[in-house]
Amino acid sequence: MESKDLGKNPVVQKLRDWDPQAVAEVIEFRGETTVVVPAQQLLRAAEYLATEPSLRFTFLSDLTIVDRFPIEPRFELNYQLLSLDRRERLRLQVRLAGAEPTIASVIPVWPTANWHERESFDLFGVRFHGHPDLTRILMPDEWEGHPLRKDYPVEGFR
Amino acid sequence: MTISSIETPAGPAQPMVLNMGPQHPSTHGVLRVILELDGETVLSAKSVIGYLHTGIEKSCESKTYSQCITLTDRIDYLAPLSNNLGFCLAAERLIGIEIPKRAQYIRVLLTELTRISSHLVWLGTHAIDLGAMSVFLYCFREREEIMKIYEYVSGQRMMTSYFRIGGLALEPPPGWLDRVQRVVDAMPGHIDEYETLLTENRIWIARTKGVGMLSAEDAIAMGVSGPLLRASGVAYDVRKMFPYSSYDEFEFNIQTDNGGDCYARYKVRVAEMRESLKIIRQAMDKIPSEGPFRAELPGVIPPSREEMKTSIEGLIYHFKIFTEGFAPPPGEVYQAIESPRGELGVFMASDGSPKPYRVKFRAPSFVNLQSLPNLCVGRLIADVVACIGTTDIVLGEVDR
Repeated sequence: MESKDLGKNPVVQKLRDWDPQAVAEVIEFRGETTVVVPAQQLLRAAEYLATEPSLRFTFLSDLTIVDRFPIEPRFELNYQLLSLDRRERLRLQVRLAGAEPTIASVIPVWPTANWHERESFDLFGVRFHGHPDLTRILMPDEWEGHPLRKDYPVEGFR
Repeated sequence: MTISSIETPAGPAQPMVLNMGPQHPSTHGVLRVILELDGETVLSAKSVIGYLHTGIEKSCESKTYSQCITLTDRIDYLAPLSNNLGFCLAAERLIGIEIPKRAQYIRVLLTELTRISSHLVWLGTHAIDLGAMSVFLYCFREREEIMKIYEYVSGQRMMTSYFRIGGLALEPPPGWLDRVQRVVDAMPGHIDEYETLLTENRIWIARTKGVGMLSAEDAIAMGVSGPLLRASGVAYDVRKMFPYSSYDEFEFNIQTDNGGDCYARYKVRVAEMRESLKIIRQAMDKIPSEGPFRAELPGVIPPSREEMKTSIEGLIYHFKIFTEGFAPPPGEVYQAIESPRGELGVFMASDGSPKPYRVKFRAPSFVNLQSLPNLCVGRLIADVVACIGTTDIVLGEVDR
């Protein structure tokens, strides 16, 4: 069910109080909250969410990219956060344009992001600046193209 | 070659680089670890993966939701039913339906059996890596009994695809619970047997105690989940924290250990097998002998065989579901379950068409493997084998 009290989530409220600029949009679907964060604010917001004693989103479960080609901004980066203390999940979403998609790496906040970011780079071609070793992880090193992009055919280029 | 050409040049000694894998029996598949060694001591370890990458996530985008289920079996082939469950729950959340309790309990029972069989393979292969041959044979003997139950219920030993969106593929055959009962009755004795072979075995303790230490802070920072995290003293279990499939109606404990080493992980997994047996016994009492095994939602969940044969609407829905599929509303969901290896997350994005716009499997093995350098740097080569074994990776899941 779509929630009626959109954005009344206490975590979202905290994030808004901390910096109104950090929350661009709030999406509620099936009881899951997604906070859309401007790309420049991602690292700051991540640090705040992970270290603020009343939130403690210390566990990064997952990073998933959705390619909305040909809609711009094309890439949606979904950071799936978990607070073990509060038993709560939160999704951060960042939107990136298709031309040279680049975003700050969140490894300083969540070291586990290392392989997730490598996978995202490998399969979508999104670059993470500040990443210590941004190389392909699943595809061979000499592979051309980024297979999970929507303009990459399922059977590959022949 | 002249003698002068093989003379060691003056200056500091260089570390030796050793490729472990991709073909190495103790990497459990096609994992390659590049080890930098000083004598026998590991200076750095770098995992190279992707040898089994089959593009399952990309394939899902060109299939209907129901067709994707067969792919999920192949991700973690030691726990096919856990993958089925994760995918089906995500799709059900996307559609917004609740399935009948009977189907939920049967799902719980079968996924717990899966946990036991997966832990048995882990225990057997881990033990054989460390030189305990007989445990391997015993574990596979018991696993075979669980495989027979899979086969009896779903028709398949490994690639079961038994859970479907909205419930189960078929009504479980008569007498299946008797077979489960036999396994449940025999298992505690078998687990005792493994424990007499290993728990106080001096060689086993020497090979695992204090080896592959992982602190709770490091484990959380590296995103490690499942038995690995619980053996570092963090009581995080998706079944308890975010109950799904009626797990909140079952009584069981989260098994933790503060050791943080390979021995602690062994203890946690063995204890988990016993907890799973507890859950299975409760599920056997709860499962009603009759009742629907699938939810009813015309146009989304296939109608029963009888309805399909006797009513025109049923036939039309059946035809449409299996040709076009069904279209959930646009939106994104993340559904996590506790697979034998940890938090298995399924992220699913729908654009309102009958095919998923994006499916992502948050594979616990993939994330857990990332912590390998934390476990084995500074230890000996022989310990690397113990460390890889104890992370319990399935390469099909790591590479997807």
